[in-house]
Amino acid sequence: MSVTPYRSELRPGRDGFAQLLRAEWTKFRTVRGWVFGMVTAAVVTVAVGLLGPAGSSFECARPNGQPCGDRTLPVGPGGEAVLDRFSFVHQPLSGDGGITAEVTSLTGDGSPGVEPWTKGGIILKASTKPGSAYVAMMVTGEHGVRMQHNFTGDIAGLPGAVSQASPRWLRLTRSGDTVTGSESTDGTKWNVVGTVTSAGLPSTVEGGLLTASPEHVVTTQSFGGASSEGGSTRATATFDNVGLQGSWPRDAWTGDEVGGQPGEPRPDGGFQQTGGRFTVSGSGDIVPAVVGRGSTSKSIESGLVGAFAGLIAVIVVAALFVTAEYRRGLIRTTLAASPRRGRVLAAKAVVLGSVTFVTGLIAAAAAIPLVEALNRAKGLGAFPVSTLTELRVIAGTAALLAVSAILALAVGTILRRSAGAVTLVIVVVVLPYVLAVASVLPTAAAQWLLRVTPAAGFAIMQSMPEYSQVLADYTPADGYLPLTPWAGFAVLCGYAMLAVGVATFLLRRRDA
Amino acid sequence: MILRDVLHAEWTKLRTLVGTGWLLAAIVVLTTGLSVAAAAATECRGTGCGLDAAKISLTGVIVGQAVVVILAVLAVSGEYGTGMVHVTFAAMPRRATVLAAKALVVSGVVLVAGTVAVLTSVLAGRFLLSDNGFTAAHGYRALSLADGPVLRAAAGSVLYLVLIGLLSIGVAAAVRDAAAAIGVVLGLLYLFPIVIAVVGDPDWYRRLQQIAPMNAGLSIQATVDLGSLPLSPWAGLGVLTAWAAGGLLAGSVVLRLRDA
Repeated sequence: MSVTPYRSELRPGRDGFAQLLRAEWTKFRTVRGWVFGMVTAAVVTVAVGLLGPAGSSFECARPNGQPCGDRTLPVGPGGEAVLDRFSFVHQPLSGDGGITAEVTSLTGDGSPGVEPWTKGGIILKASTKPGSAYVAMMVTGEHGVRMQHNFTGDIAGLPGAVSQASPRWLRLTRSGDTVTGSESTDGTKWNVVGTVTSAGLPSTVEGGLLTASPEHVVTTQSFGGASSEGGSTRATATFDNVGLQGSWPRDAWTGDEVGGQPGEPRPDGGFQQTGGRFTVSGSGDIVPAVVGRGSTSKSIESGLVGAFAGLIAVIVVAALFVTAEYRRGLIRTTLAASPRRGRVLAAKAVVLGSVTFVTGLIAAAAAIPLVEALNRAKGLGAFPVSTLTELRVIAGTAALLAVSAILALAVGTILRRSAGAVTLVIVVVVLPYVLAVASVLPTAAAQWLLRVTPAAGFAIMQSMPEYSQVLADYTPADGYLPLTPWAGFAVLCGYAMLAVGVATFLLRRRDA
Repeated sequence: MILRDVLHAEWTKLRTLVGTGWLLAAIVVLTTGLSVAAAAATECRGTGCGLDAAKISLTGVIVGQAVVVILAVLAVSGEYGTGMVHVTFAAMPRRATVLAAKALVVSGVVLVAGTVAVLTSVLAGRFLLSDNGFTAAHGYRALSLADGPVLRAAAGSVLYLVLIGLLSIGVAAAVRDAAAAIGVVLGLLYLFPIVIAVVGDPDWYRRLQQIAPMNAGLSIQATVDLGSLPLSPWAGLGVLTAWAAGGLLAGSVVLRLRDA
């Protein structure tokens, strides 16, 4: 007599990656503590971010009780915030044409002398409105001849300072959409510095002479941080042999201070003309605005300071996502159900990464407009950034949280203990940033830390680039990280991949 | 049972864990390591460079405290993880006494490890900083514990580590889970400096530095320019003491009210 062995009527279950993902997702969403942890991460990201503007205020401190006026910075053609203030001796130029001038001196009025980026030269500008497009050739205090356009463009010409004995001849020639800048030391032998096309100049532009002298800033590095103080400076440039080509009204020069503060007494037109010689004195600068400590305008990433708090919550949840399985012994069931261990770790990483990314995206997208609104209510401006940059900062913050979570998951798999894993990941990701922005470490060491540790990843949250033509403190404490956004993020990803690799290897090798 | 027996029990538990020895060694190694790196990386280029030699040579406390947090949190949370806590409370039903004994035992070992870590850091700083321009010509004396402010910075740093341990024990008793407790304590320590860096208002800046456990506590390391500090050194350590006391109080209240 033969007995038919029992066979289940149920069809065998599939064991594809999708089933694994579903299993891991079920584990994640059914543990109350982890869901609570993720919600906490989102809430603290927004809440801590609001502390920044809550603890900032701007008090108008102009001497004779005048209103401070609009503190919103003008916006350049590229969409960035700019400083655009200088003395401009100009007349309109229609169509093609050019201007030539010999700069024979550039001196600072007052004690600090000439600033490194004091500017004297010739310019073709769309209008006298601050932030409008321009192309200029200028002599600078310490950086030689420069051809600059639309605030961010900067081409170097002849080095060296200008003097009566060694003058600099500058020329700008417009032909349709193209402006060519040339320089010469004697007015006969010309050398092309650069060509700018499509600068956005209308058919009639304002052309003429300019002088600008930026603020003198002294930064003293001392115990507990750095402090900057400074004041506005004034400079005077002398121009000889001013020549015009094309259709200019001629001999109808107007002196203007572009971007002057309303209510401030204007200087006497800013210039003197004796024969063919012009003396133009001016203050201000024509540069993209840079953010620093004590700026009355805030960069968008300053609203994301809460992401550091969110990051710590995410790291705790991520480490627990695997260490809890070891503590409860669930890992044996998990690996019995799916013996291919590498796939288990991959499924965990995908589920955790996705959940964290979505959480981070919601939190960052909520924090930025909220913080910006609060800043505005407090009278603090915001640095405008392009939509693309804003998207990169928001998505980048979410990606930063997700990759850090995967790093914590991998470290948790390696160490199997939550205490060690959480501490290790916080120490390698958050602590270098703390040391770099808020400790006694010198700037070089701080920058080194933000290059080689996983904390380099915070660069992805950065919206403000460094400009070589703007003198500023580009230190971590001022919000400038040494690596570019994507390079920094790549460093973090490298560490995460390394950790995942080691975790996969150990998970396969060790008994569970 | 009297406190002595509870202390003995806690000491036995802590002593016989394999991890304890490694963590104590890590406190010394990491603290000294970062201190040495900071001292080697900092240069004083002339008179009035405004740098605080003692504070630089004690920078490592910033990372050493993270290990103290693990040690202290595990002393409490470890028992919840393994279920040992049921045995402990069955043997000693007065829970506040158990917490006090844990606090005393952990403080003792942190005191020893912290002293070693701080002494090696100061010693390394003494040699490294004099090579980096912290010389008599630039107005610096060689670091020496015979110097009042330096002694205060060194002894204060050891006390700082002990207080961090006490705060961690309190938080761990309240939160129970090791990972969450460590997240809370390290968040309290490391997040304040980051937030302070973006706060623009000088009043808020000072206020936050006065209440932040790490910023206030580490003002004990200052030896120069004390007038410009938001808090005097000892007042700063006092703020951290208040945090530790608050943590322990919260921990013991939760411990008493909740089932183990």
